[in-house]
Amino acid sequence: MSHGLVQLAYIIATALFVFALHWMNTPATARKGVYAGVAGMALAVLATWAQPEVVHHGWIVLALIAGVAVGVPLSMVPLTAVPQRTALSHAFGGLAAGLVGTAKYYLWLGEGPENLTAFRMVAIIVEILLGFLTFTGSLMAAGKLQEVKWIPQRPVTYPLQNVTNFLLFGVALVAGGALVLHPTAPWAASVFPVIIGLSLLFGVLLIIPIGGADMPTVIAILNAYAGLSAVAMGFVLDNKLLITAGALDGSSGLILAIIMCKAMNRSFTNVLFGAFGQVQQLKAGGEEKVYKPETIEGAAQVLEQANLVVIIPGYGMAVAQAQHKVRELYDQLKKRGITVKFAIHPVAGRMPGHMNVLLAEADIPYTDLIEMDEINPDMPQVDVALVVGANDVVNPAARTEKTSPIYGMPIIDADRARTVFAIKRSKSPGFAGIDNELYFADKTWMLFGDAKNVIGELVKQLSGGSGMH
Amino acid sequence: MTPTEPAATVAAADYWSQLFVFVLASFIGLGVIRRVSRLLHTPLMSITNAISAIAVVGSIIVTGADYPPVIRLLGGIALFASMTNIVSGFLITDRMLKMFKTDTKSGQGGHP
Repeated sequence: MSHGLVQLAYIIATALFVFALHWMNTPATARKGVYAGVAGMALAVLATWAQPEVVHHGWIVLALIAGVAVGVPLSMVPLTAVPQRTALSHAFGGLAAGLVGTAKYYLWLGEGPENLTAFRMVAIIVEILLGFLTFTGSLMAAGKLQEVKWIPQRPVTYPLQNVTNFLLFGVALVAGGALVLHPTAPWAASVFPVIIGLSLLFGVLLIIPIGGADMPTVIAILNAYAGLSAVAMGFVLDNKLLITAGALDGSSGLILAIIMCKAMNRSFTNVLFGAFGQVQQLKAGGEEKVYKPETIEGAAQVLEQANLVVIIPGYGMAVAQAQHKVRELYDQLKKRGITVKFAIHPVAGRMPGHMNVLLAEADIPYTDLIEMDEINPDMPQVDVALVVGANDVVNPAARTEKTSPIYGMPIIDADRARTVFAIKRSKSPGFAGIDNELYFADKTWMLFGDAKNVIGELVKQLSGGSGMH
Repeated sequence: MTPTEPAATVAAADYWSQLFVFVLASFIGLGVIRRVSRLLHTPLMSITNAISAIAVVGSIIVTGADYPPVIRLLGGIALFASMTNIVSGFLITDRMLKMFKTDTKSGQGGHP
């Protein structure tokens, strides 16, 4: 295949990728986007494979088959495990970039040192730094999300943590700079592995101080890194398709990370170096606060009288596997002519948009999934706000309590609804370890128990009661 | 041995155009991604995963060209990793998107 044809194929693939992302702007066209993406990728792979410089095919076929063999099962994970899968695929992306960068460097060092220009060397160093850092960092993130035993969930901190990290990174940068200036020096071949080692180590160190609540942001940031490492690979290989596709991925990660940060009122630096959730402040003030429990029967009666019910789901709902019971409750209420909406906080799941996917799986129409900014103005008209497995995202302390770690975080205004029911497994604080004022408010009644059981009981109550009208 | 032109010309010719492409592609990316429905941010992430596995292109060349076996082995591992991302990324995106339905019987359109 001639150079021109390959480039043409690459241009078409780029256009298909842009269309793929464009069609993601509404669920109605999104699947078309997947087909465009697949077409673009197939075109790129075939065009590359057909280039004359590709002369050995055995290993390619082998690697492709192995990739399919691992990729297919990875695509069938339960939707609660999608964040881990995503982190894992960032790890693979980073690994691929790092390995290709390494391969190219040693290839040129041995066979074509004139190719190691300063620009290429900068690109190679960036590629392996980002690639290997993303590799171990994403593996750590995946481990934390999967709750692997030997990876601590709580942030791990030690004195001078950030200083240590920056020093290590500084050493890697100095070594990288030396390589850029003297890419073919006698010591270069042995300094290169040092940079690889430091990147791998830095990826681990970057993630261990970050708590579980920040994982949505971290995944998005690692997504951006993975994209940028592909861009760097494009610079190294002088391949504009890699540059454009990597840039699309990088900007996606960046936008998602910004959205996540805004949704938690945090900055990038704060997420990466702040060790959130580590400091547990003890609530001062000796007043005893009591939850007001409500019975299933009582709650069902109030729900039946409502016109507008808003369900506020949190990750606890998914942990309790309560989505399908929630759908039954939704059906029961809809049957009575009650309007039911879901209020989705941007960080309600474990990755951007996670809650929407979990609810969509339970067959809840996406037109009833309303994001925080759109539903908040309507909250005062809401008769019943039902909080299922959410905590921090409805905590009014974010508005009022200047000392609270979540102060300033935008929340769903559950406390402005006329009545609040909150389902809670136990009386302990939520994921971020913060007490929630909402649960002690006058209009709030607690339903204690496993979310799945409580909702199931509510459904039973409502379906039993419906015959007696 | 390597299929590229002498370094000086490569660097001089493509150095700037590569950065050009990168900057423009980033702006296109930001523009397109900003319009993606918030409902679909999880599928968005998995489809961009698959798309950024375009590293497959670099991996194929490193694996298949007439390079020393060690180099090609590194390429092969990279190719395996990229292919895994392509397959699982596109499949899971489609699997998730299939779940997003409007329910006509509920009679409710989008939120006002």
